[in-house]
Amino acid sequence: MRHTLAALVENKPGVLAKVAGLFRRRGFNIESLAVGITEKPQISRMTIVVDGDDKTIEQVTKQLNKLIEVLKVSDVTKNSVERELALVKVNATPQTRGEIIEIANIFRGRIVDVARDSFIIEITGDEDKINAFIDLMRQYGIKEVARTGKIAMQRGSKALE
Amino acid sequence: MRAADAIVKALEKEGVKHIFGIPGGAIIEVYDALFDSEIVHILTRHEQAAVHAADGYARATGRVGVAFATSGPGATNTVTGIATAYMDSSPVVVMTGQVPRSLIGNDAFQEADITGITMPITKHNYLVTDEKELLRIIKEAFYIARTGRPGPVLIDLPKDVTIADIEFDYPEKVDLPGYKPKYAGHPRQIKRAAELIMKAERPIILAGGGVILSNASEELVKLAETIPAFVVTSLMGKGAIPETHPLSLGFIGMHGAKYANYAVQESDLIIAVGVRFSDRTTGKVSSFAPNAKIIHIDIDPAEIGKNVRVDVPIVGDAKLVLRELIKHIQYKRRKEWEDKVNEWRRKYPLRYKRDGKLKPQYVIEKLYELAPDAIVTTEVGQNQMWAAQYFKVKYPRQFITSGGLGTMGFGFPAAIGVKTAFPDKTVVDIAGDGSFLMNIQELATCVDYGIDVKVFILNNAFLGMVRQWQQLFYDERYSQTCLLCKEMSFEKIAEGFGAVGMTVERESEVEDAIKEALSIDAPVVVDFRVDRLENVYPMVPAGAALNEIIDEEV
Ligand SMILES: Cc1ncc(C[n+]2csc(CCOP(=O)(O)OP(=O)(O)O)c2C)c(N)n1
Repeated sequence: MRHTLAALVENKPGVLAKVAGLFRRRGFNIESLAVGITEKPQISRMTIVVDGDDKTIEQVTKQLNKLIEVLKVSDVTKNSVERELALVKVNATPQTRGEIIEIANIFRGRIVDVARDSFIIEITGDEDKINAFIDLMRQYGIKEVARTGKIAMQRGSKALE
Repeated sequence: MRAADAIVKALEKEGVKHIFGIPGGAIIEVYDALFDSEIVHILTRHEQAAVHAADGYARATGRVGVAFATSGPGATNTVTGIATAYMDSSPVVVMTGQVPRSLIGNDAFQEADITGITMPITKHNYLVTDEKELLRIIKEAFYIARTGRPGPVLIDLPKDVTIADIEFDYPEKVDLPGYKPKYAGHPRQIKRAAELIMKAERPIILAGGGVILSNASEELVKLAETIPAFVVTSLMGKGAIPETHPLSLGFIGMHGAKYANYAVQESDLIIAVGVRFSDRTTGKVSSFAPNAKIIHIDIDPAEIGKNVRVDVPIVGDAKLVLRELIKHIQYKRRKEWEDKVNEWRRKYPLRYKRDGKLKPQYVIEKLYELAPDAIVTTEVGQNQMWAAQYFKVKYPRQFITSGGLGTMGFGFPAAIGVKTAFPDKTVVDIAGDGSFLMNIQELATCVDYGIDVKVFILNNAFLGMVRQWQQLFYDERYSQTCLLCKEMSFEKIAEGFGAVGMTVERESEVEDAIKEALSIDAPVVVDFRVDRLENVYPMVPAGAALNEIIDEEV
């Protein structure tokens, strides 16, 4: 099963390499890894999506916790808000423009760049929504997709740390 | 003050008395500072040996061992040493020189990304990019190396950092929010463990290197006597209980005694302390002790449940946890189990064929007889297994071996580290001819500093352990395992270095040779020309269960 882990780590050079290296070396498969700083500039938050059984996830969590720069690891798979951001560059001809705009609107996407024969559409949402949107765009010809990977936060007032 | 001087002063503050290493341009400032220090520096002849020596020193004393190397090739030469220390949780601090900050990343002369290279084999590592952080980093490095589950820490020092001018304000405390080892065991888990122990009919204690690292041997023996329970160890756990103790069954695993492996397989409860259930210890994991519940005590939470299923996990320091656990246990004799194990002991003793040839086992038996208190280091291969089988360890830190990485070339430099720490002890490296060749240059170090270690080579002129596998599992196709050392004289090589060399060909000469070697006040190499085709038995083949044992007719 896929799990989403949130890790608070010290915002120092090399920490990402350590986390990524740990996954590779121990044979854990990262599906996505998103990093950004938190409200405290010295702390970053990583959201890591891993596929594995309970035993694997337990090992991943324990091994992450062993890294000196890792402050806290939490499994946020359940009961959380999950988001991903994607930029999709899609072909747009005079015939298809209207349709694309309409679909983008339904998905609450935003057109952030318009060229003579293409759009860039920004879309956020959970993974399924983004997959569905990208699927729909295929018929027009996708030129490029950039996705951030998932970030997640548990619902309610409880916070990591 | 010059940062290099501050480094040396910080090391003095950490109580460092000895450093092993080799200088070079990138670390020359630190060596310059060392010139005026009381700290004794031992110039090894290879950086790998410097780290093994620091590691041996750490294993023998329980204190942090320190090694120095220069940048680039000096640093990369430390890698095997660091990985060895990492696998066996040995507290070592390695300081490497690095090219100046302005050249980092430019493929400068003698540049290697040693923090990148050692990331997977250090407990933690640092590249000092700001001289203001230097002293905090040194403080942290020593703290991290020796606390919790110990391990090697590397500090990479750019040359211009070592020249910088800094204030010597050595921190008193460390502040590491992400590093909080847990020492006390959870009281409820300890009670649950005690309940399981009281219920068990066939309990076994499995002790690992963690018992030795936490100095918990006394508590371990007390637990064993209180239950009472037989004790088996991993290779790293040898010495956790005196192997002459009636409850000790020695080590288990691939070359453990039959009775020890049987006892584990038939037990109904395993009390595992500071052991990581390596595949060499458990045999085939899915058939490991099939009817046993498992209590696992370890300071590293990641070890619990990593390799075997665990019924009662207890995270904490072995010494503290055992102290608590003992309080909840009452003596209850399990006569039937006791008789059964003792019967196996009588029926399946460790033994070897006596056919007139010089047997390696005999050499070790004699060494044990003549110097039972000696600290023994080993190389890797058959020599290591025979040493483990026939040298009955009496006290913790007496048997020093590369268990996790299995590093040929470890034992000799490790012995140098041990002898440096304990100049009055007899220190013997039990070696194979192949392994000894891997760090033989350290004879120069021994002679130079008068480090009076003894190397006993069980010379079979083969990479013996590999040859044994080729014999048993590859149709005697001895691919690249014959060393033909018979045409080479270790005696003369030793003499060439200025050490004492001896050659022994017959069983009848063994005793006198050992006596003589131990009495000489100089480094001695004894070349025991043993039966070339002798094998290590009993043997559990890789991937088989602990009770699927190959043995030889004697
Ligand atoms: C550095 C290193 N290289 C290779 C090996 C693989 N290996 C394990 S045992 C062994 C043979 C050891 O031969 P020797 O030192 O002569 O000891 P013996 O087994 O004959 O006692 C080898 C090559 C190893 N453990 N370490």
